[in-house]
Amino acid sequence: MSFIKKPNARHPNLPKNKLGLTRRDYEGALSTLCAGCGHDSVSSAIIEACFQLSIPAHRLAKLSGIGCSSKTPTYFLNKSHGFNSVHGRMPSVATGANLANRDLYYLGVSGDGDTASIGLGQFCHIMRRRLNMVYICENNGTYGLTKGQFSATNDKESKSRKGVDNMFESIDLAALAIQLGAGFVARSFSGDKDQLIPLIRAALSYKGFAFIDVISPCVTFNNHAQSTKSYEYFREHNEAVGFLDVIPENEEISVNYAEGKSIEVNVHDGSKMLLHKLNKSYDPGSRRKAIGKINDSRDKGEIITGLIYLDQNEEDLHDTLLTTEKPLNQLKKKDLSPGLKKLRQVNKSFS
Amino acid sequence: MTKVNDFVIKFANVNGSGSASANLMFAKTIFRMGIPVSPKNIFPSNIQGLPTWYEIRVNKDGYIARRDGVDCLIALNPQTYQSDLKELVKGGYLIYDSTMERKFPRKDINVIGIPMASICAEHYDDPRQRQLFKNIICLGALSVLFKIDISVLKGLIKEEFQKKPKLIEPNLHALGLGRKYAQENLSSDFGLQLKLMKQKSKKIMIQGNEASGLGCIFAGATVASWYPITPSTSLAEAFEKYLHMFRSDSKGNIKGAVVQAEDELSAIGMAIGANWNGARAFTATSGPGVSLMSEFLGLAYFAEIPLVLFNIQRGGPSTGMPTRTQQSDILSSAYASHGDTTQILLFPSDPKECFEMSVDAFDIAERLQTPVIFMSDLDIGMNDWVVDELTYDDKHNFDRGKVLSAKDLDSIEMWGRYLDIDGDGIPYRTIPGTHPSKGSFFTRGTSHDAFAGYTEDGRINAENLLRITKKFNKSTKYLPKSIRRNAKNKTDVGLIYFGSTTPAVDEAIDYLSEEGYDINKIRIRSFPFDKTLENFISENDHLFILEQNRDAQMKFLISNELEVDINQFVSILNFDGSPLTAKFIVDEFKSKVKNNKKIIAKVKKSRTAA
Ligand SMILES: Cc1ncc(C[n+]2csc(CCOP(=O)(O)OP(=O)(O)O)c2C)c(N)n1
Ligand code: SF4
Ligand SMILES: [Mg+2]
Repeated sequence: MSFIKKPNARHPNLPKNKLGLTRRDYEGALSTLCAGCGHDSVSSAIIEACFQLSIPAHRLAKLSGIGCSSKTPTYFLNKSHGFNSVHGRMPSVATGANLANRDLYYLGVSGDGDTASIGLGQFCHIMRRRLNMVYICENNGTYGLTKGQFSATNDKESKSRKGVDNMFESIDLAALAIQLGAGFVARSFSGDKDQLIPLIRAALSYKGFAFIDVISPCVTFNNHAQSTKSYEYFREHNEAVGFLDVIPENEEISVNYAEGKSIEVNVHDGSKMLLHKLNKSYDPGSRRKAIGKINDSRDKGEIITGLIYLDQNEEDLHDTLLTTEKPLNQLKKKDLSPGLKKLRQVNKSFS
Repeated sequence: MTKVNDFVIKFANVNGSGSASANLMFAKTIFRMGIPVSPKNIFPSNIQGLPTWYEIRVNKDGYIARRDGVDCLIALNPQTYQSDLKELVKGGYLIYDSTMERKFPRKDINVIGIPMASICAEHYDDPRQRQLFKNIICLGALSVLFKIDISVLKGLIKEEFQKKPKLIEPNLHALGLGRKYAQENLSSDFGLQLKLMKQKSKKIMIQGNEASGLGCIFAGATVASWYPITPSTSLAEAFEKYLHMFRSDSKGNIKGAVVQAEDELSAIGMAIGANWNGARAFTATSGPGVSLMSEFLGLAYFAEIPLVLFNIQRGGPSTGMPTRTQQSDILSSAYASHGDTTQILLFPSDPKECFEMSVDAFDIAERLQTPVIFMSDLDIGMNDWVVDELTYDDKHNFDRGKVLSAKDLDSIEMWGRYLDIDGDGIPYRTIPGTHPSKGSFFTRGTSHDAFAGYTEDGRINAENLLRITKKFNKSTKYLPKSIRRNAKNKTDVGLIYFGSTTPAVDEAIDYLSEEGYDINKIRIRSFPFDKTLENFISENDHLFILEQNRDAQMKFLISNELEVDINQFVSILNFDGSPLTAKFIVDEFKSKVKNNKKIIAKVKKSRTAA
């Protein structure tokens, strides 16, 4: 267990965001994960991103399935409602929650076991529906909580801690996400705050389904030399395709990057997303190219990170279903119950 | 001798031949003539080609259960001639398509041939039209035989095709062809007659699922997530229909959302997520779906999230008899999910009660913060029943239960999601997004303390579980009460029943009473069981329990929950998948009594005393 001491006293000089809140206000309970677990870094990045975006914590709901990764919502955003559901089923719970109130932010955290095995069906379908949420998969190639079995994202060339070969093809969640309709698809690394925080910020600003596959090493069961989801392997095989900035509404944009290398994207809430491309020829707006890129780098033994795919057409499930603007959970009896007079008409149609 | 308004007509058809709407029109005509009628659709798990039947019982005394023995068979499916023929009563009528003339191996019945196909061939070229109008021609001929008020039937055809007015004339024409043939060729001394009656109260003819879907609208449900499965599908579809009818604004925006999920796990997950977030949400399914939902049901039970789950039961186990009726999910629903779980059950007995209980189910679920499983079945859900008009009290407000508003939270010093403040075991809940700094908590299926914090302290977990037990023990005051009725003469013979067997029970008890058997009866309407049932059991020495499953599940549940001796109950069980008949109950009851001298003595004694 990692106990990071957090003094309770408020420091008057802590930096504040637009809401006058400090980072502290976005923290959660003490983590009980193994010291050095990648998942804790993702929690820190979530805290930082929400702080920077000045998100009112109570306007965000955090949801998860079951696993070490799915435990983490306890460790950030104490003032948000949280829902630790059942193994692999967070997408359905998030869908229902979002249908009930379209005005909140929804942040789902899952693991590779939770997402790519038991929950693969729900994961696929939530993307088809373009639910407006951020879905982070803390991907360590293993089942941490049940002590180190291979997961379905484990690469074929990877070996277990005891040297056992992985016999089966792996599932690339980012490629799958692009294929199935996710509008924002990124991959990052738990240890790379500089890349991960802006990605989470951008994902939270995006309307539609935003998926971030975060390679997040399990130090206890899958961080050995022959694992392709280890700190070491990642550092040696990473190729970043670009990095992001999110410019909130009304703020001036100053681009310091050579023209042709940056893409500016308007976000529905009035802010802007700035994507700085490292690889000039890479176009995150093309589904086909994005999937090709993932496959190419895989053949080269590389892991690409950054924003891999972005559909600028921001649309979500509510747009498809034509749900009314006002959140459904705020409608009252007068909005909902047709009343006796209408019932009489119904009676008539059956008489 | 002519039978008036008291007989059974059975249509034997081929699935997918367009017979369903003609059959329904026939039943509806009888209904409109004010005569008590109960149609039962007996259909295979198939889309086209297999046999399907439509059985209509007409009964002037108002008995609407199924009845054995067919008085008039409209045999339009040569595949089933042989077995259908056996069901015809002596002196009954067999009506068939005599385009190809046939001999039937029974001397004691009347055979009436109508050359339906050849009339069609003469008047229509298009094969599909020939098929469809054949049914209407048949209807025309029947209207002559049964002396049906033709204006009623014509009116129905006009309504039926209101949205496709082009079809009205051709249908009326086909009807005329059938009538003409019958008038010119068939003898007028047909022994079954339909005569106009006056209805005592205003009635409607409606299916349970339709009424439930409508009930969900009146209850203010906004989210429905479901996965198609017979016999529950029509419930979600009805909800969607009424959602568009009553809750869409001028811009076409809708105050509600329906999602066809990828499976039942997802369907219930969505309903739970929506309820957790303060919307009223439900899912509808049947046995196989409930099995898939059981992990989530445990979560909703333990994390105390309201939920309404419609279980429209069908024949099990496994895929079983998917298009037949049973009451065989009692135990698997009452104790759905692993660990110590109990679920609230509601048992509607007809479509009117489906409407009323659907409205109530959401209040109950939110009041008790737990799933409510609505135990309907295929017979109620998918058959047309004649019931009193639906009513709704405009003054009734939704009972959202113990939900804290931002103002409430401001005025509260200490709040814990699972704190039992009122001593009724029901804690206070908060909805995400309510208050900037108060009332957030972590919903979890792991063991938790009164503040929703994770705990592995077994003592605290046990306390929490006992609080939930308390909540359930006190739940009956929010649930529909059992309805009991004592026999005219004093007796200590009692019959316990529930759900769709109700009409058969009512009829059977009348017959038995005529034969000198007095029986007190009680209809269970919810679980956990109420005091009324407990009293009934202690007041009656000879108890029968009627249910439609093999394993006497309700008997087990009662004995287990009320801690009464299981051996005091005599089971009457039926699980052939058909809606129950009064005769079945009468025969079973008598044969069980025959072997029980004590009961015979009782029955006789009470009679002499009276
Ligand atoms: C229905 C069900 N099956 C199995 C489990 C056991 N289980 C808990 S966590 C887990 C795997 C989690 O793996 P992953 O999602 O990758 O999370 P990690 O611990 O690696 O972060 C399993 C199999 C469960 N909780 N529920
Ligand atoms: S077992 Fe692995 S995934 Fe789980 S907390 Fe430890 S390091 Fe993290
Ligand atoms: Mg994992």
